[in-house]
Amino acid sequence: MSFPWAKQYEPKHPLMKWVDDRLPLPRFVYNAVGAGYPVPRNLNYFWNFGVLAGMFLALQIVTGIVLAMHYAANAGIAFDSVEHIMRDVNAGWFIRYAHANGASMFLLVVYIHIARGLWYGSYKAPREMVWLLGVVIFLLMMATAFMGYVLPWGQMSFWGAQVITGFFSAIPGVGETIRVWLLGGFAPDNSALNRFFSLHYLLPFVILGVVILHIWALHIPGSNNPTGVEVKSEQDTVPFHPYYTAKDGVGVGVALLIFAALIFYAPNLLGHPDNYIPANPLSTPAHIVPEWYFLPFYAILKAFTFDFLWIPAKLWGVLAMFGSILLLFFLPWLDTSPVRSANYRPTYRIFLWILLVDVLVLGYIGGAAPTPAVILIGQIATIYYFAHFLLILPIVSMMERPRPLPNSITEAVLAGKGGTSPAQTALATE
Amino acid sequence: MATLDEAVPPGEVQDAPADPRRRDYLAIGAVAWAGVGAGVIALPLINQMSPSADVLALSTTELDVSAIQPGQSIKATFRKQPLFVRNLTPKEIAEADATPVSDLRDPQTLEDRTKPDKKNWLVTLGVCTHLGCVPLGAGEGENKGPFGGYFCPCHGSAYDTAGRIRSGPAPTNLTVPEYEFISDTTIRVG
Repeated sequence: MSFPWAKQYEPKHPLMKWVDDRLPLPRFVYNAVGAGYPVPRNLNYFWNFGVLAGMFLALQIVTGIVLAMHYAANAGIAFDSVEHIMRDVNAGWFIRYAHANGASMFLLVVYIHIARGLWYGSYKAPREMVWLLGVVIFLLMMATAFMGYVLPWGQMSFWGAQVITGFFSAIPGVGETIRVWLLGGFAPDNSALNRFFSLHYLLPFVILGVVILHIWALHIPGSNNPTGVEVKSEQDTVPFHPYYTAKDGVGVGVALLIFAALIFYAPNLLGHPDNYIPANPLSTPAHIVPEWYFLPFYAILKAFTFDFLWIPAKLWGVLAMFGSILLLFFLPWLDTSPVRSANYRPTYRIFLWILLVDVLVLGYIGGAAPTPAVILIGQIATIYYFAHFLLILPIVSMMERPRPLPNSITEAVLAGKGGTSPAQTALATE
Repeated sequence: MATLDEAVPPGEVQDAPADPRRRDYLAIGAVAWAGVGAGVIALPLINQMSPSADVLALSTTELDVSAIQPGQSIKATFRKQPLFVRNLTPKEIAEADATPVSDLRDPQTLEDRTKPDKKNWLVTLGVCTHLGCVPLGAGEGENKGPFGGYFCPCHGSAYDTAGRIRSGPAPTNLTVPEYEFISDTTIRVG
């Protein structure tokens, strides 16, 4: 579907016409990411991050396929094969650093993409399916990233696998059986490493499939925009190509600069030195922490230190950690405000900023050693995280008096407020 | 919304089929049988993930414990996991016995966790029941924690001389695997 004024694909070359009559693939691409997709004219740079996420997915698949040509998924030689990539394979160090830091970049742009969706209400009707598929992609990414981190078979790989698969042992009764089944042994070993490698190779292509569904679902109603007001006429939109391909190109350049700076100047900044020690099942690193992008969820896991209502602390932690992500599936129905963009929601906006700070605090707590103060702050931050979605959001949606919305995107643009970003709004309100 | 039946224009002859129709029976039977087939094929696909024969072959370990003096312990491997075998001193046994069982998070006596007449032999997995780290205390000079047993450096769980959880986040005592004394100085674990 598209807006009635969307440009139609007209093959110029006879060969392209021949192809179009038999398999309209060029037409499909033209309508999806070409001039045939009309997009609101007021998108700001936060709308770059979907394309950036797609780019990093593609980069991860390319570097990953190349790495798999040199890596050996066997517990006896996996660690050495990674060192072989680093030292012996031509440009192997570059490809591996690009893959390891590419995962961080991918998660980073996806977190910004999610935050963009929260601020501008992109999860609301009629885009709920876009949001739900996005949460599915996020879950798949987390699984893929975790299994990829296990592959070098260093100390953090091994103990990360031990701790994460240990989550399943918290399930009452059958937990330990499930854990042993998942690992194919009683502790992480060759069988676990092999299946993680197999799934780590598979899941990115599953992600790619869900990404296609995500974009498909997006193109039914069309893109949201900073005002949150729906497109009403042709003058509200511009064709995706060349306007947003060009704008996305700017973002791609900036993202690649940051990516290159990480690879060439600080390739191990986001990693853990312990993972350069070969896996040792008989010795635990003093401080087990996951990669930075899992820290907020790790903090929620660790926040439960006491048994409560017949449920042991360990199970609470695991339930809360998974619950913190599954909660996002219900977001479109927890936020009942008809206004999408936080630019016009003075109260929601404040709580969204607090949520952002809360998640950053959780991230810090997740990486900190568990002193009593750290545990207490983690517990408060965890309560706030759940309260935001389950209490604050429904109440704010009912009580809040939103600012008047512009009649159309074009009106907002001509008034000079069309593409307001959160920072500009924050400045304007002060 | 009109249902399909109501949608038939009035006046048209409605050919009321016998209920259930023969064709329904065939369709349901065929699909059900295909479902059984899919289920049967799924079984090996699921079961292949369970521990393989060579992994299970490691599930019994024999250990000679004759060289472990009272107060000493060793780290062995059982199912590729650390196994602590500890020869308790009379003082450590007395400490474990002196603890009221009702105070414990996971109430067990030292007798429950050892073999009859072998109360000095404490055999446990060296896997913290919290998140699976290896506790300290089995090696020479390692921190045994405030209760003189084992201490997990990851999140601060402390175990006493019977390997019972006394403080910290771990939910249960260190696991005592299935084992037996096959002679006075040899145990078979698993």
